[in-house]
Amino acid sequence: MNILITGILLSGTYALVALGLTLQYGVARIMNLGNGETLVAACFVAFWLYTAFAINPILGLLIIAPGAFLLNWAIYALALQPLVKRAKNRGQLESDSILATFGLLFLLQGLMLLGFGGEYRSYTFLSQPFEIFGNSYGLNRVVAFAAAVIIAGALWFFLYRTRQGTAVRAVAVDPVSANLVAIDVARTAAFAFALGGALTACGGALLSTFYTFNASMGVIFTMKALIIVIMGGVGDVRGAVLAALILGISETLVASLIDPGLTLAATYGLFILVLLFRPQGIFGRATA
Amino acid sequence: MSRLSQDELRALGLGAALVVLAALLPLLDQGFYLSMGVNIMLYAALCTAWTLFSGPTHYISLATAAFYGLGTYSVGLGIDILPYPILLGIAALVGAALAGLVGAATLRISGVYFVIFTFGLAELVRQLVTWTQTKFATAIGLYVFTDFTEVHIYLMLLALTALVFLTGFLINRSRLGFAMRIIGNDETVARHAGIDTARSKIVLFMVSGAFIAIAGAITAPRYTYIEPPSAFNPMISFLVVIMALLGGTKRLWGPLVGVIPFTIVMDIISARFPNHTSIVVGLAFFAIVYLLPDGVTGRLEQLRAWLRTRRAAGHVAAVEKQA
Repeated sequence: MNILITGILLSGTYALVALGLTLQYGVARIMNLGNGETLVAACFVAFWLYTAFAINPILGLLIIAPGAFLLNWAIYALALQPLVKRAKNRGQLESDSILATFGLLFLLQGLMLLGFGGEYRSYTFLSQPFEIFGNSYGLNRVVAFAAAVIIAGALWFFLYRTRQGTAVRAVAVDPVSANLVAIDVARTAAFAFALGGALTACGGALLSTFYTFNASMGVIFTMKALIIVIMGGVGDVRGAVLAALILGISETLVASLIDPGLTLAATYGLFILVLLFRPQGIFGRATA
Repeated sequence: MSRLSQDELRALGLGAALVVLAALLPLLDQGFYLSMGVNIMLYAALCTAWTLFSGPTHYISLATAAFYGLGTYSVGLGIDILPYPILLGIAALVGAALAGLVGAATLRISGVYFVIFTFGLAELVRQLVTWTQTKFATAIGLYVFTDFTEVHIYLMLLALTALVFLTGFLINRSRLGFAMRIIGNDETVARHAGIDTARSKIVLFMVSGAFIAIAGAITAPRYTYIEPPSAFNPMISFLVVIMALLGGTKRLWGPLVGVIPFTIVMDIISARFPNHTSIVVGLAFFAIVYLLPDGVTGRLEQLRAWLRTRRAAGHVAAVEKQA
């Protein structure tokens, strides 16, 4: 029970990061391998806001999310849009965007190493116990989970209950047909990429309240987010949330029952199962 | 297999001459330049082995560090029990086995999964190795004591590089090479022509993985002390991708054009500005995507084609003027 709840609390932040990636890959068609660096950058900004200005990380989201939105919009417009225009087919865009976002990964990582150094950092925020079913958990974890649920709920409302959100989903399904019903595909893709970056940054800021972070850990989170996205089905919000839950719980299981050094092995175990049995995702339909 | 053509004979001769020339380096210098030579030769072997698979398939493999680390570990674990040449063979088998497993899981479906899977593979193998060692052995690191000097390592890497080239040459002339060219151009066409595309890709990936593992096994004595973070350093995978793509992967010798300058640049940067290596790697990726999509050799070939059409155009113009 203890493990289950810890896993669920962890999966809240995973879900946000994975939702960010699934928007970027599913709608903007950019496999953003620098996604984890957005998360780490948000960790550092939250840390800086809290230690230098005593701004509560939850309020800090109001600064971090719009900042990440603008930054990711700029990255998409400057670096990735030319690739989208140049690409003759989906495959070429895929390999070009993989290489370009590798560049982004290392550039951001290098800049953060220069700016903040390579050591591990953390800060104490709401580190008092909170009781659920007789066991106590860190209040910061509970608050981060609640915030993640609210943000994911807002995203769901936006995607499924508003006009703009429907446009985003339409582009995810078929960019060519979306164009025919007067949706500005290029703009929507840029918007989805920026929104994805903002979601990832929210995940990072929430993560930093209870997690020790350093400048070079982004790759691990990118990896986890990628696996969640594939497990849930690319562009699928429900799938991503469910997959994040499965990943969070199985990771906590392996870490507490076998060895904390094997979390990535647990992730990979799930990944292999998904590749072998449901490469199209949990809710995905088989494509011809 | 058909007989060797005039061009192929010339290429083989040129290759042999270059190998002899490169083998002379230890006679000239045993210090700084030899050590740089070892680095260059190591990446030459790694990048060419990488290109064997990733050149024709266009799949970006980031598994290099995993194969390389397994190679160094095979030597580290067995050096006290078995003779060295057998360890090289074991390294090759282990590398091929891992490549086979990864290939079987990912190469049957679209290429994106392959990239993602290899992205974290080195880290996964590192976690597994660390875990096994802390669980069943006393220490995390391994000592490798041999009589090998830099000269031996250099010459072995040179031999390996030559072997990779020879293998690539033979594959190119074989049914497998023909199949790979068709797959690279259009996979659907290849499938309809009756080519077992997944099997061809997996076999090629195994060959490439085996060579990379041997390269790791050869350089193991250089470290003396092997521990998981240095043996499975993910940077190796990224550097190999950059060097190979900078040079260009359409020809087997293309990566060499990237390896030599970039190894020297990285040596200088990691010595003088160790905090800036990530930034340089990032910028190198941008350079590949935006400036050199087909690598330096691709650009050179474009230039040659352009010059040829210009000369032809000039010729036509001259003929028209006469008439």
